[in-house]
Amino acid sequence: MDWKHHSPSRHTLLAARASIIRAVRDFFHGEGFLEVQTPLVTRSPAPEPHIDAVTVESGKYLATSPELFMKRLLASGFDKIFQIAPVFRKGERGRIHHPEFTMLEWYRLHADYGDLQGDCRRLLESVHDAMLNDSQGQWAEDRSALKEPWDVYTVRDAFSRFAGWTPGPDTDQEAFEVALVEKVEPRLGFPSPCILKDYPANQAALARLKPQDPSVAERFELYWKGIELANGFSELTDPREQRERFEAANALRVRNGLLPYPMPEEFLETLTELPPCAGIAMGVDRLVMVLTGAPDLDAVVAFPPACP
Amino acid sequence: MGTVLSAADLRKGLKLEIDGEPYLVVDFEFSKPGKGQALYRCRLKNMITGAQFDRTYRSGDKFNGADLEEQDMQFLYEQGDKYHFMSTSTYEQLELTGDQVGDARNYLTENLMVGMLLFQGRPIGINLPNFVELKVLQADPWIKGDTASGATKPVTLETGFVVQVPLFIEEGQVIKLDTRTGSYVEKVKSA
Repeated sequence: MDWKHHSPSRHTLLAARASIIRAVRDFFHGEGFLEVQTPLVTRSPAPEPHIDAVTVESGKYLATSPELFMKRLLASGFDKIFQIAPVFRKGERGRIHHPEFTMLEWYRLHADYGDLQGDCRRLLESVHDAMLNDSQGQWAEDRSALKEPWDVYTVRDAFSRFAGWTPGPDTDQEAFEVALVEKVEPRLGFPSPCILKDYPANQAALARLKPQDPSVAERFELYWKGIELANGFSELTDPREQRERFEAANALRVRNGLLPYPMPEEFLETLTELPPCAGIAMGVDRLVMVLTGAPDLDAVVAFPPACP
Repeated sequence: MGTVLSAADLRKGLKLEIDGEPYLVVDFEFSKPGKGQALYRCRLKNMITGAQFDRTYRSGDKFNGADLEEQDMQFLYEQGDKYHFMSTSTYEQLELTGDQVGDARNYLTENLMVGMLLFQGRPIGINLPNFVELKVLQADPWIKGDTASGATKPVTLETGFVVQVPLFIEEGQVIKLDTRTGSYVEKVKSA
């Protein structure tokens, strides 16, 4: 939509946000998922090299994601769970970053990242239907874009096409990220959403390596209109490899002058019980922003955070 | 030397120093792809040459803020390729070359107040007021009824600058110009 000339009122945007969140809940309830809530205060956020947790008191942090708690639920026998929760990340502030934002996460037992890509497609269509319905057709422009086939690129294909080179399993992370941001991301998801999948093994985070090709991880991101909306994995369930990756992340934190996080021992213990599964995190504020055509996250939250 | 800044300080309007030259951040975006590190994407404009380029900074990057100030000064006169200015508070005089003055020369008349840009104490250029008034030195006479040649005609101003104006403007009149676009705004009523 042409934002400059038809900028919707704040009330309209917050109403659209409410429709979207209700439609997300309806979708997952309809698919037989159980809605769960997990602690917002934790002793051990997932050790991530580049995500900084807010400290609430000595040894306690605000959740940067509900991921580890949700996988502990899976390991204890739940098979399809979802959650919509606030998460907190220190120092992130920009057009599409807020230090406090709303995350949607969902997990499926005995599934892989391909199943999640199908979920994304049905979820977005279903959410868009509800949004149209609630607003008497105000947000109709994206209708056909959602129905068209979505582009699916492997990271290798997308880089060779848009950045002019092909990353390998040991590609320098910094060069990878700069090219991703400058050359690749701005081209993804026009007009239909797009899947970027099979990340180099050293960018796996908590994803398992692809059994047929361990140089890449079964990780994907969902993009629409150049905006990263979600990050999903076939989950890594090998406790030893997971511990090594956490240790590597903490080592990188220390090298960058950041404090390491405590090892999430309870999570690592339950990992031995975790069957194959897949999980994904989607930024709800970004979803609202893209679906309404808003120029930034500030437009789609009731109270934008202060600038640093 | 300006203050030491880090990537987290970057925002639109910030002035920084790169290779000894002052740059203005004209566009800025905070990025953090996937699980990756924070990247600060900037479009930078060289404040001396006006040249623009894109640069991406990373979290740990440090750089110097540009030691830049603007001082009110009065244009005195031009001699050879030198343009002479004087501070109205200290009476200190400075000179700029024609290159440093650039297109601003089209608007400089005696006693005009301008903003002198000083980088590390050295004059590097001037900021003009948005509007100036200049006298028309030469204009072809307007023949009433002659509308065939269009709605405007070129006139030469007292600085030598040639500008398109409406047909009714005559020699000796004063007109108001927008220095940002170089275009005619209105005829100034004579006192």
